[in-house]
Amino acid sequence: MAAQVDGAMAIVTVEGLEALLQAIQARGYRAVGPTLENQAIVYDDIESINDLPRGWTDEQDGGRYRLMRRSDDALFGYSVGPQSWKKFLHAPKLRLWTAERHGENTTVTPEASPNDRLAFIGVRACEIRAIEIQDRVLISDLYVDPHYQALRARALIVAVNCGQAGGVCFCASMQAGPRVKQGFDIALTELLDGGEHVFLVEAGSEEGHALLAPIPHRAASDDEIEAAAAVIERTASSMGREMRSDDLNELLMSNLEHPRWDEVATRCLTCANCTLVCPTCFCTSVEDVSDLAGERAERWRRWDSCFTMDFSYIHGGSVRASAKSRYRQWMTHKLATWIDQFGSSGCVGCGRCIAWCPVGIDITEEVRAIRGCDAAAEEPQ
Amino acid sequence: MPQTLKACAPPSYPMAPRMIPVTRFIRESQDVFTFDLAAEHATPFTPGQFNMLYAFGVGEIPISISGDSEAPERLTHTIRAVGPVSAALGKLQAGDQVGLRGPFGVGWPVEEAKGFDVLLIAGGIGLAPLRPVIYWLLRHRAAYGRVGVLYGARTPDDLIFRSEVEEWRRTPDFQLRVAVERAGPEWTGDVGYVTPLLSKLRFDATEAVAMICGPEVMIRATALALEDAGLADSRIFVSMERNMKCAIGHCGHCQFGPLFICKDGPVHRYGRVRSLLSYREL
Amino acid sequence: MKDIADLLRHHPFAEGLDEDTLSLIAGCAKNVVLQPGDYLHREGAAADSFYLVRHGAVALETFVPGRGSFTFLTVKSGEILGADWLIPPYRSSFDARAIELTRAIAFDGKCLRGKCEADPRVGYEMMKRFIPPLVKRLQSARMQALGMYDAANA
Repeated sequence: MAAQVDGAMAIVTVEGLEALLQAIQARGYRAVGPTLENQAIVYDDIESINDLPRGWTDEQDGGRYRLMRRSDDALFGYSVGPQSWKKFLHAPKLRLWTAERHGENTTVTPEASPNDRLAFIGVRACEIRAIEIQDRVLISDLYVDPHYQALRARALIVAVNCGQAGGVCFCASMQAGPRVKQGFDIALTELLDGGEHVFLVEAGSEEGHALLAPIPHRAASDDEIEAAAAVIERTASSMGREMRSDDLNELLMSNLEHPRWDEVATRCLTCANCTLVCPTCFCTSVEDVSDLAGERAERWRRWDSCFTMDFSYIHGGSVRASAKSRYRQWMTHKLATWIDQFGSSGCVGCGRCIAWCPVGIDITEEVRAIRGCDAAAEEPQ
Repeated sequence: MPQTLKACAPPSYPMAPRMIPVTRFIRESQDVFTFDLAAEHATPFTPGQFNMLYAFGVGEIPISISGDSEAPERLTHTIRAVGPVSAALGKLQAGDQVGLRGPFGVGWPVEEAKGFDVLLIAGGIGLAPLRPVIYWLLRHRAAYGRVGVLYGARTPDDLIFRSEVEEWRRTPDFQLRVAVERAGPEWTGDVGYVTPLLSKLRFDATEAVAMICGPEVMIRATALALEDAGLADSRIFVSMERNMKCAIGHCGHCQFGPLFICKDGPVHRYGRVRSLLSYREL
Repeated sequence: MKDIADLLRHHPFAEGLDEDTLSLIAGCAKNVVLQPGDYLHREGAAADSFYLVRHGAVALETFVPGRGSFTFLTVKSGEILGADWLIPPYRSSFDARAIELTRAIAFDGKCLRGKCEADPRVGYEMMKRFIPPLVKRLQSARMQALGMYDAANA
């Protein structure tokens, strides 16, 4: 019998999950998932579920991220770390093309599109939303990023419903989680409370279905399905942060001269951490390099940040020279103008920008501060 | 109706340039030069669109096309040497190759302006992105009402397209005023800022379309003066400049509020950007 | 031959001006013709006149030793010329030179000041006509001083 028939849920054990991971790799995927490294949970190659941060959790707050031991052996008992899947799909550094000079003629050779098949293990709901948002930016307009598209089209997503909310999480406010609703091949809910460590699994695609079919499993009982729903419900109701998000475009764009921008600029170091950890920030720059003989040149694309001075440079100076203007650009783009540009907010409520800000600037608090002094939009009780 | 590039399918790999030989190099002024690229490699463009030009090993910059959109045997760009890439492009000679991506962006509303009086106001090298409109108007003169061109520059030595400007000045039914900020005694034209010359042009403000290209300070002052003269902000068009790396809406650099200058512009309806222009460092 | 009030009546400066005031100030005015190269006033000299340019063009200049004269503003048909006659010590700040055959109405500054002084209503009428072009010129001069054309690129 298949693990899931006609949308039914199935239960697999920890051993079953290992079998699934092996099956994914046997099918030609390069599996990447959460691992422990440098006292953080980061995404890297994994071969076995033993590479996962079993029994670890994290404590997060503004400017704070600490790993801690759990009292159980949960495999996914933590919230998101400093990295996101964009480091795989939208590479931090990528050669775009190589040019070579032969006498009078120069030939330009585009970098071949990658053919890696990536399996993302342990993708959270907010991260699926983030990938969908980057899809909209990079492969859904007139022009398509071929590198992103090649990786994205082949990527397998094994999602996980969050069993707990982190201290900086607010995906519920952004309607981005914690329940995984779409965009996955396989979705897992880790069940730890029933005396047995098992996973409720659900296939979200043909590929997910095919992968799950040969894995040892049993049908999920109503109690187990209910227990999984309760786990997600508990997560949804214990978000570390909250942010009203239904009016942000109007609120922020009508407050572009609000004194709070000056205030936040006294704290912001313009270090760009928030943009690097953000799973949706997509901005890049290009760098040209050439050999000493002047016969070979390359163009590289790398992540860039609207917090740098160079970002807005036009001959003579930077358009956004002040820290105030750069913070305002980042936040208004993320929460307001993104909606005009791409039809949705650019924020998924993952909270990374809060935890990894060296001075603990909290985007939810900045919104509250602007809302608090905006007579036109009182926070509802 | 905004014009968009629909003439050809987007290239399969929009970030890689095509290398195209320079066929003609002209020095316009001390720091401005024009070159033509061999046209068999070029794609059709509309007035106001731009290309990304690449100097081998140095880098790439956005440059508006300054040539005739209906004479595609020459693909022409006019550039002011202000940075490393433009300086490198300025050292090219006929036969050298330039990397080109494009054309990109939304250009001037030459179709929408049919039947209207047309006012073009250019500051400095802002005349270059408007020259394709002038060529267009000259070719389709009967489709438009009165035409007026104002061109402001620093000094007479900084004027570009000088012989053509003189030809346009002699063209019947074509109002042209050139103002420089300072001049020696040999200059017999206007001296002063360009905006006040609007009062010297004959046009019907209720039936006129204006297109402005120049420094942002000039754009703001001129758009206000046009409104004072009676033009609706929906009939005033401005060309904006911001940092650009990709030209296809992917790199994020050229954002101006909700707009991407590269794909929503560079030409924008003034009514769309007027409130954004009022904020510093946006 | 048209009298001076008639010429005045057709200059934009006098648009909407009542006949009494027009005749009053016409008493301070005379018609002048300048050949190209003629100076209307010289830098540092007494500023005793105010001009309404009817036809032609006048360059406002300053002279830089070793570099020659620089024009920073041209005044053309329908515009006004001269502000220094308004404020003590009534001294011209720049050279004003006709660069075309120029016809203008020249007011005696002292005479005009006297009439404004004697009747504040006339003074206010005059002020409403002097100030707008002067403010516009100030705005343009600021833009020119910023040298903003340098900030444009294609």
